[in-house]
Parts: sequence; structure tokens; C-alpha cells
Amino acid sequence: MSHQLEVAGLNLSFGGLRALVDVNLHVDAGELVAVIGPNGAGKTSLINCINGFYRPQAGTITFEGYNITRQPPHVIAGRGIARAFQNVELFRGMTVLENLTLARHLHLRYGVAHALAYYGRAQAEEAANRRFVEEILDFMELEPYRHKVVGTLAYGIQKRVEMARALCLEPKLLLLDEPMAGMTVAEKEDMARFIMDVNEERGTSIILIEHDLHVVMDLSSRVYVLNFGQVIASGRPAEVARDPRVIEAYLGDEAGVAS
Amino acid sequence: MQFSACGNYKTRYVDEATIFPNDTGRVLVAVLLLFLATLPLWLSPYLVFVFTLIGIFIVGAVGLNILTGSTGQISLGHSAFMGLGAYATGLLAQAGLPFWLAIPVAGAVAAAAGAFFGIPSLRVKGLYLALATLAAQVILQFAFNLFDSRGGGTSYLSVPQATLGGLVLDRERLFYYVVLVTAVLAVFAALNLFRTRIGRAFTAIRDNDRAAAAMGINVFAYKLLSFSISAFYAGVAGALWAYASGVVSAERFTLLLSVEYLAMIIVGGLGSVLGSILGATVITVLPEGLRVAADYMSQVLPQATHLFLAMRFAVFGLIIVGFLMLEPQGLADRWRVIKTYFNTWPFRY
Ligand SMILES: Nc1ncnc2c1ncn2[C@@H]1O[C@H](COP(=O)(O)OP(=O)(O)OP(=O)(O)O)[C@@H](O)[C@H]1O
Ligand SMILES: [Mg+2]
Repeated sequence: MSHQLEVAGLNLSFGGLRALVDVNLHVDAGELVAVIGPNGAGKTSLINCINGFYRPQAGTITFEGYNITRQPPHVIAGRGIARAFQNVELFRGMTVLENLTLARHLHLRYGVAHALAYYGRAQAEEAANRRFVEEILDFMELEPYRHKVVGTLAYGIQKRVEMARALCLEPKLLLLDEPMAGMTVAEKEDMARFIMDVNEERGTSIILIEHDLHVVMDLSSRVYVLNFGQVIASGRPAEVARDPRVIEAYLGDEAGVAS
Repeated sequence: MQFSACGNYKTRYVDEATIFPNDTGRVLVAVLLLFLATLPLWLSPYLVFVFTLIGIFIVGAVGLNILTGSTGQISLGHSAFMGLGAYATGLLAQAGLPFWLAIPVAGAVAAAAGAFFGIPSLRVKGLYLALATLAAQVILQFAFNLFDSRGGGTSYLSVPQATLGGLVLDRERLFYYVVLVTAVLAVFAALNLFRTRIGRAFTAIRDNDRAAAAMGINVFAYKLLSFSISAFYAGVAGALWAYASGVVSAERFTLLLSVEYLAMIIVGGLGSVLGSILGATVITVLPEGLRVAADYMSQVLPQATHLFLAMRFAVFGLIIVGFLMLEPQGLADRWRVIKTYFNTWPFRY
């Protein structure tokens, strides 16, 4: 059986800097896979290749049988891959509701003529759409912030809006780039719960990038460890945590696991 | 009837997407439209013409605000697209096309040009895009000049009056209604646009084009769409202008008008339809008002006529600078502040 997402022999370099070196990785439908690694290991670059921001020099990325390597981001989003950004990249001037509604773009189908007249089809689709957005607001516990302008919200809430916005695409694969970075412990626990719920209730496959090994151990079924652009270990979280290469890569890093 | 709600009491999602949140707005707009419809009955032809001009520039300014205010793509070529619409209308009207067909066709011609000259937006942003659209202005202006000087000397394109079933829609009175109806349609179409996926995609591109692409928006296609919708509005404004003025010449569609358009949306409020209306009104009325004032002053001080004429531009410039300093958010925002004040009056917390 073929995997939902298959990354094979991926190579990406910026000038002389090799950000990704022969990276192989796969995700099966419904799986929650973690990618960990120290700063600058190439985690974000990997996600940027999968979602079409970066164009790798070599290698292929296959999603549900389609070759999506070097396709433009909007096409890849249309295939069912959504992402949340490490550095919050929300539409800051818009409200939470507007951010989420915007992300429904692909699920609304009416054209320019309907939009200008705002009658019939456009109106009906917009109302049904609003119902869906409210579900996501409810799911991510964001109702109190519905009409708040995103730029005015606390960082932890903005991170949550990031994830909610990605969910509005109804993705089959969700790419989460350090969704818990910079959060308080309580916020992290909430976020972990949301991630688990999305994976279990909605059956969405997830690639989770995270520094904190403990979080990863709890959430993911498999882990890939990146270091200097290379996958240095992969497998079940407990096995990977014992791997000497992983311990070495994390040596001196406070996120290192002592078990 | 609800006067004005001080909280959100909506029970249906459809209601939240409405243009008028309460009946007050609806009644105000209805009264305003009725008032505007009676203008030609009691106003002098000159003032009716001023209102005709305001209506035309409202259409143009709403168009530019869609592109620059809402999509974040600066354009210095808006005047050229308006000119293109005007020339197209002149030729179509001479060929015998009725005005109600010539106006949308002129809009479509401008829209096609807008999409074409919007192509650089794939690669460049900000000041570089401003320069690229300046090229559109220069190229089209050159074409207009060539057209004006066809067959040797300068010959302006004359536009026959619009007629509707044998009735001549004269420039002094009746054509005003064509402008009024077009402007109302243009305004409502723009308001509608911004509660749909297309308007939201425009705003998303302005705010963060990377994130917009990741959300599945084809950024380049939507930029071109914004360019062509904006140019369509400009083309329609140009078509109205052609009928209203009776002659089309390159002089009217210079870079200066493009800059005036930018002044309209900045003074009115970037990204706001109401702002486009207010801005177009102010920037159209100001020079006319200053001209009337100069005329009046020169009766008192006849020797100073030239001085006043020269001062007119200086005063115009000063007023715009004043606006930018005192109302950087534009007139639309001031209106919002006033409205909020009365919404909660007399209880302000
Ligand atoms: N657009 C770019 N241009 C040049 N170099 C880049 C670019 N993007 C990433 N890099 C480089 O590639 C390497 C990997 O960066 P990347 O952002 O993928 O790391 P990361 O694992 O996400 O790190 P972090 O944990 O800090 O987020 C780094 O050395 C970075 O400087
Ligand atoms: Mg990163």
C-alpha cells in the first residue's frame, strides 16, 4: 500500500548551504508524525517544500498519488494540504472570523458575477460557510475572540487562530510548524488536546514540528529527527529518544530527553 | 424599526453579512437617493453638471480603491484606463451603439488592458509596481496623443449625446440620471464584492500574500482580477465622462488625474467604499469651489484674477496635505467614529 504523503530523496540548498539532504519521509492517512531537530535543522524548510513555498533542487513529493513537487502553494492547498506557520502569519488587520472565513476560499465556488450581485448562490454559500466556521471556532474554543482584530490578541491565542485557520481548509494533511512555541504550560496543554482531537475525531493526518521532545512522545506515533538537513533517526518516539545520535544532537539542549 | 443597535442581536448568519446593519442606514440611503433624483428639477445646469462629475469620479475612485486600497497594488495608470474607456465609448457611440451597450463594452476594453498592464504585479510590489503602472499611463497616453493627431492636426473625438428610445439624454440634465444609476450600481457591486470570497481574497493578498497562497488563493490570478475589475470601473467612468463632456481628448487623461485618483482614496480612506465616495466628492468639489471663490474674489479685486487662479492649485495642495495630517485614516474613519459616538450616546464607557 502506498503512503498518503511520500517524500523521497529531497534536496534543498540555498547557495552553498544545504538545508535538506536526501530526506526521505512518509505519512500514512490518519497518522500523527512528528519532526524534531535543533534550531536550523531544516524542519521549516521541509514544510515549505511540501506546501510549495520552496522548490527543492532534487527529489519528489507525492501526495495521494499525485506528484506535487514544485507545484505552486495554492494548487497544493487545493489538493488538501494546509499549514500553520511558525512565525504567526495571520491577516493581522482582519478579525478572527474574517481570517477563518478567508480560509474557506477553496470551499466556496461561486464566481465574480454572483459576488458582485451577492444574490442567490453567493448568499446561500456564504451562510452555510459561516456555519462551518462557527464549528471550527467552537472546536478551537475561540468564540470569545470571534470579532476581535487578530493583531490585538495575545500570542498564544494568535497561535490558536493559526491552527483554526488551517483547519478551515478541511485538510487531509495538516502541517503544524511549532504550534506550541512560546506558549505557557497551560496553553501548551490546550494545544496538545486540540491537536489530538483533530487527529482522532477528524481523522486528519498531521506532521507536527516541535522542539519539546516530551510533547512529541505523548502525541505522535512516529518521529523523524532532522539534524543539519539530514534525517538522523526515525521510528517510534521511545526508540528514537534512546538513539545515541539523537542524544548527541540534542546534547546540551535543554529539550534533550533523559531516559 | 430599529434606530441603531448598541450590541449584536443578530440571530441569523445572513443578517450579519448585510450591508446595512440597521434600518437607519437603509432609510438614510433611500432619502439620499430620492434627494439626488430630484436634483435636476431645481438645481442650475451647472450644479447638476458638478454632481454628474462627482458621480463619474465616484465610479472611478471606487474602482481604484478596490485595487490599491483593498488589494494593496498601487496603480499610477488609473487615468489611462479611464481614458481608454472614454476613447472606446467615443468610437462605439459614433458607430451607432446605444449608450447602455457602449458603457459596459468600454468597461470591458479597459478591463482587458488592466489585466494586461497588471502582469508586472507577478514580480514586483510597492514602488516598483508604481513605476510599472506608470509605464501603462505613459504608453496609453502616447496612444491617445497619436489618435488625437491622426491625419495631421489635432482633432478631438466628438461623442454624440446618449439617446434612449428617441429621447435625447442631454448633458445638462438627463444624462445625470445615467450617471446616478451607474454610480449606485457601482457602489453596491463593490460593497457586495467585499462580503464574498473574491473581496476577501483581495484583502488577504494585501495583508499577507504568502499566507494567502497557503490558504489556496491563486495570488497572481486574483491580482489580475483586481486589476481588471478596477480598470473596468475606470473604463465605465471614462465612458460616462465621454458622454457627459461630448469630446474626448488626451489632455484630460494625464498622470495628474491618476494622482488625483490616489488623492481621492487617500483622503476618503484606503480600502473603504464609503471613503471612495467621500474622497471623490471632496476632490471633485474642491477645485470647483476654489474656482467659484476665485471668480468671486476677482470681481472685488479684478487685477488679482491671475493670482487667484494660481493660488487655487496651491490651496488645493494645502488642503490635501492638511487632510493627510489631520485625518490620516481618511474621512470614512471619521464617519465611523461619529457613528460609534451616537450609537452609545449618552452612555459612553
Ligand atoms: N529562504 C532562505 N534563504 C536562505 N537560507 C534559508 C532560507 N530558509 C532557511 N534557510 C536556512 O536553512 C537552514 C534551515 O532552516 P529552517 O528554518 O528550515 O530550520 P528549522 O529547523 O525550522 O529551525 P527553527 O527550529 O529555528 O525553526 C537554516 O540554516 C536557515 O538559515
Ligand atoms: Mg522552523
